[in-house]
Amino acid sequence: MSILERFEKVDRRIIFLLTLLAVVIPLLLPIGFKIKVSEPVQKFYEAVEALPPGSKVLVSSEYDPSTMPEVYPMNQALARHCFKKDIKIIGMGLWPQGIPLNQASMEQAAEEYGKEYGVDYVNLGYKAGGIVVISAAAENMPNTFPLDYAGRPIEEFEIMKGIRNFDNIDLIISLSAGDPGVRHWVMIAQGRYGKKVAGGVTAVSAPAFYPYLDAGQLQGLLGGMKGAAEYETILGASGTASRGMDAQSIAHGLIIFFILFANFFYLLGKRKKR
Amino acid sequence: MKKEIPLLITFIAGMVMILQFFIPHRPFSDLQQLFNTWFLIITVFAMILGLGNLFKVHTKRLQRRPKGWWYSIVLLAGFAVMFTVGMVWGPARGTPFDYLFWNVHIPMSSMMFALLAFFVASASYRAFRARTPEATLLLVSAILVMIGRVPLGNYIWDKLPLIGDWIMSYPNMAGQRAIMIGIALGIVSTSLRIILGIERTYLSGK
Amino acid sequence: MIETLGIWIAALLTLCILSFLYKDNPFYKFAEHLFVGVSAAYWAVYYYFNILYPNLIQPLFGRGQLLLIIPLALGIMMIMRLFPKVGWVSRWPLAFIVGSYSGYNLITYLQSNAVDQVRATLVPFIQIESWKNLFTNPGVMTFLNAIAIPVVVVGVTTGVIYFFFSKEHKGVFGGFARTGVWFLMIAFGASFGYTVMARISLLIGRVYFLLHDWLGLIQ
Repeated sequence: MSILERFEKVDRRIIFLLTLLAVVIPLLLPIGFKIKVSEPVQKFYEAVEALPPGSKVLVSSEYDPSTMPEVYPMNQALARHCFKKDIKIIGMGLWPQGIPLNQASMEQAAEEYGKEYGVDYVNLGYKAGGIVVISAAAENMPNTFPLDYAGRPIEEFEIMKGIRNFDNIDLIISLSAGDPGVRHWVMIAQGRYGKKVAGGVTAVSAPAFYPYLDAGQLQGLLGGMKGAAEYETILGASGTASRGMDAQSIAHGLIIFFILFANFFYLLGKRKKR
Repeated sequence: MKKEIPLLITFIAGMVMILQFFIPHRPFSDLQQLFNTWFLIITVFAMILGLGNLFKVHTKRLQRRPKGWWYSIVLLAGFAVMFTVGMVWGPARGTPFDYLFWNVHIPMSSMMFALLAFFVASASYRAFRARTPEATLLLVSAILVMIGRVPLGNYIWDKLPLIGDWIMSYPNMAGQRAIMIGIALGIVSTSLRIILGIERTYLSGK
Repeated sequence: MIETLGIWIAALLTLCILSFLYKDNPFYKFAEHLFVGVSAAYWAVYYYFNILYPNLIQPLFGRGQLLLIIPLALGIMMIMRLFPKVGWVSRWPLAFIVGSYSGYNLITYLQSNAVDQVRATLVPFIQIESWKNLFTNPGVMTFLNAIAIPVVVVGVTTGVIYFFFSKEHKGVFGGFARTGVWFLMIAFGASFGYTVMARISLLIGRVYFLLHDWLGLIQ
């Protein structure tokens, strides 16, 4: 086997090992790269920052543990941002696994800022049906969510007094990893009811939401772990997303090296054949 | 009648949902709310159907005992424990169900998808080749975005993050918008065909 | 104590899944099947507590809203799909779901993903400020910002033209379609870049758990 062929057919377990090291080493020995904030994240921050104290934000969690490293830090940072500004959070979800993750984020932030369940935040739980749930909630929230995620009647909660439909909500934020998710909130809540919607999405789906951002259908967009890290940076807090950025940088560098290295040998091989 | 009644139901449900956009008053608004509530409930039964199918497959495996049949016991036991714990104590925070979610479900779900990082790295090295000018353009765009979107990019050249953002906000956005418009028109035509009963593949079978 | 046990269970299950990278093995298969069983039960518990009980059982049997017998009946008809002899009755609830989704999608996709997107592409068509900026402050970024809107208009138009397969991609039309392909390649490249970012982030999350929560190597 020529050296060209050897490089082209390297055992993939070596590639796996290098990838693992590219992540482990920067986590153990942080470099401290500075994080620059992009415009979509700045817009997201400003959408929440513009709300006066006492406003009500609907935070819908449409993600699961498989995308937790990207979206959960957004959820945590958002909860802290809202409670810091005395903004009330009404949680719900179109994916069942998002419910305890949203609840945990709100509880952690509530402990930091002295907020109370039922007064400053509530979790209405999960409903199946995606776009139909959004439409149902937009018309009649108490009818769609008669109980909270743990089975308690929502009439018991002070935060839900006076909440009839989306007219009583100031901003809707969807943290999503797929469908149903941000797209459906834009189509119904923003498209039909004219509500302000902002989104936090995984990096896989982020490029597809730039058209909504450009059209003004989204107030702001957090994309992936980088988006979460940028949001944490604006808030002046160091969370799990920020701590992962060094590893992200080195791993990206490694992948780019793989692409360039492999293509160099490929083009060299092509030249030799000619 | 086995196909005619479902087609009529599809037409009525579809038309009510369309008309309530344009006539948000009674009776369409009331019908919409009624149908929305029914939809939430019926969707759950559709998912219960999925669970039923899962049991059917794995109980058959226990009967037939093909290679690796004992893993079906693991699956059914895992289901039984999680379901019982959930139904007895409920899904609230701090319950045994919540404990199993955080310590059993989350690590496995996360790691399943984290494996993809290794495969993406392997694919980048072994499969990603600039065979055509279009593939080269794809590669260049990917590299610029990858390096521009991490803090390292700023240290290499301070314009890299700006270039990465520009690619995302303009040419990428244009391509994504073209795809979005194409998909939207496709969905509109498919939805119309379904409501009018021209498209009937969802009624497969006798 | 119980928290430490939970972390160890989580770490061991994580390593079982990770072992797949070496090769398929019984530890991985065990974890895979356990994951499917636990996930299915998780969904079932949430269906009951968050949907069936509050939206069906309590209003129907607790408050006497008899109209809910209809979705209950349709739901039971849906489950009949498991039995081949009577499976055809599941078409009724399926028709209701498909019809409702189609009705919603027809209007919402047309509005938000077609009309609004075309409007956003054409308005504003020209941005004089960015061209003024280019001549007063010539540079890489001012040039890119000046050509941004024409790039978007050309990109969207040629991209949509590419997807029109009813006409052969020849001549001028073919030229537009090929330009559309270039924009689509840039979009796919950006998507690939972000996909790599996403996958690496997921790995970072799991490795962080192992190093910080389990081994305590990160403070």
